[in-house]
Amino acid sequence: MSQRDEILGRIRSAIAPNGNDTERRKNLRTHLTSNGVIPKLPKSRAGIQTRFKERAIVADATVEFSKPEAVAKNISKYLRDHNLPAIIKTGDDQRLRKLLKGSDKLLEISRGISDGNDLVGVSHAMGGVAETGTLFMTSGKANPTTLNFLPETHIVVVNENDVEANYEDLLKKLRRKFGVGKMPRVLNMITGPSRSADIEQTLILGAHGPLRLHIIIVRN
Amino acid sequence: MVEITSPAFKANARSAMADEQLQKAMGHVRHNFIDKRATAAAGLDEFEDLRDSAVAIKNHVLEYLDLYLEKYEEKVIESGGHVHWAATAADARGQILDICRKAGAKTVTKGKSMISEEIALNDSLAANGIEPVETDLGEYIIQLRGEHPSHIIAPAVHVTMDQVREDFLKHHTHLPPDRPLDEPEQLLREARAILREKFLSADVGVTGANFLVAESGTSVIVTNEGNGDLTQTLPRIHIVIASIEKIVPTLEDMSQIVRVLARSATGQDMSVYTTLSTGPRREGDPDGPDEYHVVLLDNGRSSMIGTEFQDMLRCIRCGACMNHCPVYHAIGGHAYGWVYPGPMGAVLSPSLIGVDKAGHLPNASTFCGRCESVCPMHIPLPKMMRHWREREFEKHLSPATQRGSIRGWAWVAKRPLLYRTIASLSARFLWLLGGFNRRIKSLPLASGWTRHRDMPAPEGSTFMSQWREHQASLKGDL
Repeated sequence: MSQRDEILGRIRSAIAPNGNDTERRKNLRTHLTSNGVIPKLPKSRAGIQTRFKERAIVADATVEFSKPEAVAKNISKYLRDHNLPAIIKTGDDQRLRKLLKGSDKLLEISRGISDGNDLVGVSHAMGGVAETGTLFMTSGKANPTTLNFLPETHIVVVNENDVEANYEDLLKKLRRKFGVGKMPRVLNMITGPSRSADIEQTLILGAHGPLRLHIIIVRN
Repeated sequence: MVEITSPAFKANARSAMADEQLQKAMGHVRHNFIDKRATAAAGLDEFEDLRDSAVAIKNHVLEYLDLYLEKYEEKVIESGGHVHWAATAADARGQILDICRKAGAKTVTKGKSMISEEIALNDSLAANGIEPVETDLGEYIIQLRGEHPSHIIAPAVHVTMDQVREDFLKHHTHLPPDRPLDEPEQLLREARAILREKFLSADVGVTGANFLVAESGTSVIVTNEGNGDLTQTLPRIHIVIASIEKIVPTLEDMSQIVRVLARSATGQDMSVYTTLSTGPRREGDPDGPDEYHVVLLDNGRSSMIGTEFQDMLRCIRCGACMNHCPVYHAIGGHAYGWVYPGPMGAVLSPSLIGVDKAGHLPNASTFCGRCESVCPMHIPLPKMMRHWREREFEKHLSPATQRGSIRGWAWVAKRPLLYRTIASLSARFLWLLGGFNRRIKSLPLASGWTRHRDMPAPEGSTFMSQWREHQASLKGDL
């Protein structure tokens, strides 16, 4: 008997020795519809965005709102304020391409994955969740996963319409985009910059991932 | 193999209490974790409802675990991943070693995983010429020290900063010996730089999983440092090692439990990185692993289903029970003698390594009930420790004197008149012993207790006799 059959057999004989698997299968959940507890949040767009900003700041991120045409300028200002060169690495995201178009004088942009030598990564998020100030980032050519973790400074651009109240709102969008039961290779839910408290419980930002996380919410 | 020292629990505990460095380090646990959890729980109106929801989800899963595991496997394969079923720790070690050998791996980076501790993966890799590198800062520190985690989410909680500095000076010999290392931040920066190289050169990355989502064949890790993500993104092969009870049906179910996980663990509303991985690199993906493997470990868990210990399979490894445990505070995690310390370890370890080896652990409890009151999954830990005590008694594992005393007490307790007579005589005797200070310094037959503290003297009469007098006086008033 394979180990698979051995393990499954042991479980089955403990929970449903005479069970009819066809009948039992009807009780399985494919996705949750109404029986979850969803924390209450403000209903208005503005309220949700304010909450998102508040919670992201609690998680040690910084947040600013920006008009689409000012995104490149705001990135360059942020880098200047932090004494960083105006050199960024991004993926192939079409929204970012559009936002950064014509910014050659402000920023030196290279595209692709990070090999660990980039100081600043810029990504576009799929969305943000107000509940905890969390960003949803999906992997792929548009926004390589390595950009989320290797550069010491991570700048994430998110559209105001993609900032939602709860995780479930974005999971719904994810299903619409990828199909039920399908996922991007990686979904990173990111709340603030990386940290560790492993030495005498002293909290230090910038463990193995970014030291800084800056979020730019684009106002249409 | 992780050496099991649980049978020597009493001696372990004694030396832990005499260990000054350990006592200093444990001071941080007593305050930080408790306050942070309380604030986080109070900060979310729906927290208690979410706990109930999380419990219901896990109970549902345990009722259909076989079917959900099949569904999960189907979806992993559909996304291009491989599933390996491991009945025992040795099976899991063998499967991981096979994957590493086929890949010609020399170095394996590791995200934090208690299952990897449970199967003693590092020793097995090292014995076969493959270097395991722990990348979580706490895990890295204890790997340098040749130790095991003393806490399930804060593995180096027993180590002081001075000790970390000494370890780094001893092991990082390529760096100037007079470099400044007096701040936690300097120590972290040094570890970050060293581990960055390891991440970039590793052949295989091994992570654990906080959840396995059946709906989509997704594995989920919840971390703060980002080391787990680098571990699974940079090497050519990603191996997930997870136990079978980590299954949740859907992404929404995961979201319910995630909401109580970090709040109960570190007191954060959400950990920094909650990462959902589904299969290997896809067409057009510029990064990510070429191979994605999941090793599903049973190692005794399926035998807990249908027993009085089934509820333990709801555990999400947040560590709240040990953070709130007065016994854990006093002795730290190593005294428990195997992988899982604190109240959850006192219940789980006997299931996994046998009550003959771990029987002391469920006895090391005052039954104060704090663990159960903060457990996000409402696991009745004290009740289950009591079940283990019963099993230990039934199996004749407890010492003869203890068994004799309990039997003697039971004989007396079943005879109310005799019991009351003896109780009222001893109450008076102890009252006399109390003397002027009302404290008893030493007691015949109970020196083990009075050696460490005084016993408060009783009032001189028993509850039963006081109750009778009280009732009589009430009648008199009418």
